[in-house]
Amino acid sequence: MTGKDEAELSRLLRAAIAGDERAYADFLHRIAALVRGFVRRKIVQGGVDPEDVVQETLLAIHVKRHTWREDAPVLPWVYAIARFKLIDAFRRRGRRIEVEIDEIAETFAEPEAETVSERDINRALDGLPPAQRSVVAAISVDGRSIGETAARLGVSETAVRVSLHRGLAAIAKRFGRQ
Amino acid sequence: MRTEDLIKALDADARSKAMPLGPAWWAAFGVAAVVAAMVFFMTIGPRPDIMPAMHTMRFMSKFVFTLALTTSAFALIRALSTPGAASRRAKLWMLVAPALVVIAVILELFAVPEADWGRRLVGSNMMICMSFIPLIGIGPLAIFLGMLRYGAPTRPVLAGAAAGLLAGGLAATFYAAHCFDDSPLFVATWYTIAIAILTALGALGGRLFVRW
Repeated sequence: MTGKDEAELSRLLRAAIAGDERAYADFLHRIAALVRGFVRRKIVQGGVDPEDVVQETLLAIHVKRHTWREDAPVLPWVYAIARFKLIDAFRRRGRRIEVEIDEIAETFAEPEAETVSERDINRALDGLPPAQRSVVAAISVDGRSIGETAARLGVSETAVRVSLHRGLAAIAKRFGRQ
Repeated sequence: MRTEDLIKALDADARSKAMPLGPAWWAAFGVAAVVAAMVFFMTIGPRPDIMPAMHTMRFMSKFVFTLALTTSAFALIRALSTPGAASRRAKLWMLVAPALVVIAVILELFAVPEADWGRRLVGSNMMICMSFIPLIGIGPLAIFLGMLRYGAPTRPVLAGAAAGLLAGGLAATFYAAHCFDDSPLFVATWYTIAIAILTALGALGGRLFVRW
């Protein structure tokens, strides 16, 4: 990771906060790869699935993106959230670990690809009220747009947006509360 | 759900807006100050001789301590509620208020005869002090803990303690306008205990409520 990445990721997140969805998708993909590399290196013994931590981190980044100061570097912010979610994942599984606060190691985090297995987030999704669950599932798993989802469910786009936002916030909160 | 799928959902929610944390902290502090002022004026209120008191060093010194605490705790809590933000300098600034109190205590010990030390330390308001600073500060503390939930503190207990210190500084600023005991010996003892109560409550609140 280099200063160029930092500048590029800051630019993408600034654009995303201003409402640019394409920049946001780009940002999230890059962050997912970086966080995956970070988490996999930190989890040396089993018990915690790295991809669960990646997903919890992405959700937290999403619902807490108003805590990023646009003039501050974005990577320390991302890694602080990832580290917090990693420690939380170990704590929830009854383990105590020390995650070294090692800035140098983070600069060598290499982007990595996802592995597929049963996810914690599915259980969280199942816990949502039906209206929110169907909206979140339609947009994520089925890959539909806001407009398609609204037409399919026979509700307004605004209602879909509200359900999506509340559903994601509720899933993020569940991870925090466990 | 694959991570790819999650990203689709997050991306579709890109347009949802939330107030940036910095301005939100200022707004919350303003509301907390109003809440503290309301409780203060509806209960004990300022002392009747506040105008002449404002010409005395000891009375005014209390506000120097409490405002130093409030200012430094505000900077600290803002840093602690932002992931990855440097908090080291803010932590060092937290030493200013206690240092000022220590200096004032030393000056007071030189200024008044030893026989007077006990009377000035005990004062006449210690129970009021220890009950009203927490009472005025409890509303602000709840607001600040709510703000920590809105933010993203990676050390919730520490951030909760900072919320208690901030609420304590704010409450003590109001309480100081009521209290007749202006000696640094009184302030160093009873204000500290009262603020420590709020700090402990804040740390507990951080442990129990600040999850994200």
